Amino acid sequence: MAGIPAANTFPRLLRANAEHVGSLPAYREKEFGIWQTWTWSEVSEEVRFLALGLRSLGLERGDRFAIIGDNRPSLYWSFTAGQAIGAIPVPCYQDSVADEIAYVCEHAGVRVAVVEDQEQVDKLIEVRDRLPELQAIVYTDPRGLERYDEVEGLVGVEAVVEIGRGLHGRDPEDYEREVARGRPTDIAAILYTSGTTGRPKGVLLTHTNLIEPARRAVKFDNLTQRDEVLAYLPMAWVGDFVFSIAQCHIAGFCVNCPESPETVLTDLREIGPTYFFAPPRIFENMLTSLMVRMENAALLKRRLFAFFLDVARRVGCDILDGKRVHPLQRLLYAVGNLLIYAPLRDVLGLGRIRVAYTAGEAIGPDVFRFFRSLGINLKQLYGQTEASVYVTIQADAEARADTVGSRFPGVEVRIQDQEVQFRGDGVFQGYYRDEAATAKTMTEDGFVRTGDAGYFDEAGHLRIVDRAKDVGALTDGTLFAPKFIENKLKFHAWIREAVAFGHERDMVCCMINIDLEAVGDWAERRGIAYSGYTDLARQEEVYELVRGAIGDVNADLAEDPALRGSQIRRFLILHKELDADDGELTRTRKVRRTVIGQNYGELVEALYAGRDSCRVAAEVTFEDGRRGTVEADVRIWDVDAAAPMAAAA
Amino acid sequence: MKREIGGGPPVAELENIHLSFGGLQALQDVSVAVKPRERLAIIGPNGAGKSSLFNIISGIYTPSSGTIRHKGGARPARMKPYEVARLGIARTFQNIALFSGMTALDNIMTGRNSLMRRGVLGEALQLPWARRQEIEHRRRAEEIIDFLEIPSVRRTPVGELPYGMQKRVELGRALAAEPELLLLDEPMAGMNLEEKEDMCRFVLDVNEIHGTTLILVEHDMGVVMDISDRVAVFDYGRKIADAPPDDVRRDQAVIDAYLGTAHEH
Repeated sequence: MAGIPAANTFPRLLRANAEHVGSLPAYREKEFGIWQTWTWSEVSEEVRFLALGLRSLGLERGDRFAIIGDNRPSLYWSFTAGQAIGAIPVPCYQDSVADEIAYVCEHAGVRVAVVEDQEQVDKLIEVRDRLPELQAIVYTDPRGLERYDEVEGLVGVEAVVEIGRGLHGRDPEDYEREVARGRPTDIAAILYTSGTTGRPKGVLLTHTNLIEPARRAVKFDNLTQRDEVLAYLPMAWVGDFVFSIAQCHIAGFCVNCPESPETVLTDLREIGPTYFFAPPRIFENMLTSLMVRMENAALLKRRLFAFFLDVARRVGCDILDGKRVHPLQRLLYAVGNLLIYAPLRDVLGLGRIRVAYTAGEAIGPDVFRFFRSLGINLKQLYGQTEASVYVTIQADAEARADTVGSRFPGVEVRIQDQEVQFRGDGVFQGYYRDEAATAKTMTEDGFVRTGDAGYFDEAGHLRIVDRAKDVGALTDGTLFAPKFIENKLKFHAWIREAVAFGHERDMVCCMINIDLEAVGDWAERRGIAYSGYTDLARQEEVYELVRGAIGDVNADLAEDPALRGSQIRRFLILHKELDADDGELTRTRKVRRTVIGQNYGELVEALYAGRDSCRVAAEVTFEDGRRGTVEADVRIWDVDAAAPMAAAA
Repeated sequence: MKREIGGGPPVAELENIHLSFGGLQALQDVSVAVKPRERLAIIGPNGAGKSSLFNIISGIYTPSSGTIRHKGGARPARMKPYEVARLGIARTFQNIALFSGMTALDNIMTGRNSLMRRGVLGEALQLPWARRQEIEHRRRAEEIIDFLEIPSVRRTPVGELPYGMQKRVELGRALAAEPELLLLDEPMAGMNLEEKEDMCRFVLDVNEIHGTTLILVEHDMGVVMDISDRVAVFDYGRKIADAPPDDVRRDQAVIDAYLGTAHEH
């Protein structure tokens, strides 16, 4: 395996790869329609010259420098080049507006910025008066920058590399001396967390923080030089750093950069990565577009597809998990693989996947099982920037939709007051220039507070239920995790939004928004007439449908000893759709539980007062901006609690 | 980067051109010249003779009388469009004229036609020269795809592309001929603001980076005033003004004929 164990900083890992696997591909980029390849020796040379060139621009040991752009090999190399001379890379999200980039660059005090193109150069020029320490802007794509010759300190990466080449010619040992000065305890990167609440914070990570957990992950999934990844997620995100730099350097595999953000799906298919990461949203979109395309296929193909999908649903996951399956079923699955699954995997660009991960938020169990049943080894992990990614991970045979796996090797995980906390060699050094936030996040004994509430199930798998601050308790002390319940409800096709109540109450009740498209379609096929959302939402048949869905969720909750008591006992279907314009949802479509609790106070009271209907008038904002009121009688139904399967049997 | 206009004879020069279709005088005694690396805009109401002028330069129409010169030398009175193409003149059309069943890449490759060496046998047998030629042309086409930022639609049949994208592919095909003089017939027509901004940037880049001389017919006055060095105004087959944008804006004859009154597209 590449990456000699003694190599404990990124520049040393690179040198080891150039020495041991120098002729193997390290980075690829599609340019002018053709995949161009750089071997480890070539990368090592580029990085050496770039490092010396960057130093000549005034970048010194301990200085911070920004990296902004889409995933490009030369930007990846600038990480290692900067680290080689002891400077600290600060990657910024490439789609941030100028003001956000200014905040990060100002906070980090960057001296140099290495950016992709004119778009990023323009942003920096716009905010340059806020960045007095910024001495040089290095760009990699000269397109459109011909007219910028009056901009001070603006220079093309090729010119910087040329300067470095000259310096190396005069003193061939210069670079190696710089690398020798680096220590594994030096800060290797400052990664700003995207900050959904408040300003982003700069997470300080050392070479050891990033290298050691990544090395164990390489071993965990047995990643080798023969693996391929597609680097398409933001470079400022810790995951991309760990997958496309740390693990790539440790395992010696090849990182492929897409031609452009718009061509990712084509590039995915051409490369056929063996190791792949995507947030749940991407898998959901893949599944949806696949289903839409199948709708338009010929009847025979649709029938075949439906038949073999059913086979996969029954035995696909078990076969992947290596469980015992009836030989006849196994044969059927093999035929399905030949006819349907393998071509499907190929079309999706997932034909060569050995290991795929998803993380970041809950994935729908149907989506998760769909990909696994096709033979794609999709797993979940749970991580944070502050952990250099890894906190828990699923092993190959332990992949489940509702857990995030067991403790990652070398990480201690504990649950303190319902909150998940962890400790290990990936733990960050603190937030840059923010001791108050650091103190709030680190416990005295060196654990990091994740802010997530969770618990370990009997199998030792971690379940994340909610943000810790949202978790409450029923009056009898039962754990109440509203987002967990709402997510489970929303995985049902009929349910678009759900709001669960129960904190300091005697039971859990919820309000439902049906999915107008799905339920409307269902109603039409059954000849149920309706005039619009409000009318559809009050139909008895629709209530029956939703009660069925809630029953499923209750059955699920009943399986879980910690959550058994928080099953949904009463529900209503809201007479209007929750809307961001009315302040009931955030712009990213997250429910605002408190706002809704206030807006629909009467309904909440009616739920808990045991009434079977409630008359409401709600103020709404119409599409054209006018405001008006909608009045309706909202029914309230009871739901039975489910007993656990084991007890029932 | 400084752009120098002129130096050398005009890339195209029309002198006392008349063009008539039966009794209809499409162009009357028109003289106009465009200098190397210049951006010349031609404006005028519908039927003023703008497209006729393009068709004369690109060899589709033969003028009734008058002289056409190319880089100072007189062109034969009659020239086939492909002969004009070999002089380094390429154009786009007011109504998109692409092969809608072919991919964006293949459409752009057709623009290389005037530069390709012929030899059916050599191509069929994939002789070394034929393969080298194919690779070289493909490389140029890919550079254009990169330049116009359309790699994501490389393999898409152009008939499936939105209108603004088709316009870009059409520009790509014209650029594939590596023209010295590019004739753009209403490149911004039917585009939204964002598409227009993109198109303007491409057109300016072509001119500034490759030094391509431009003549464009365009109705959007904002675009015309922003990007052209000089504006020639036509009305009823005659040229009524020929000056830098700011002067044209103040010209009374132009205001009367065109700018002051509403015009239909």
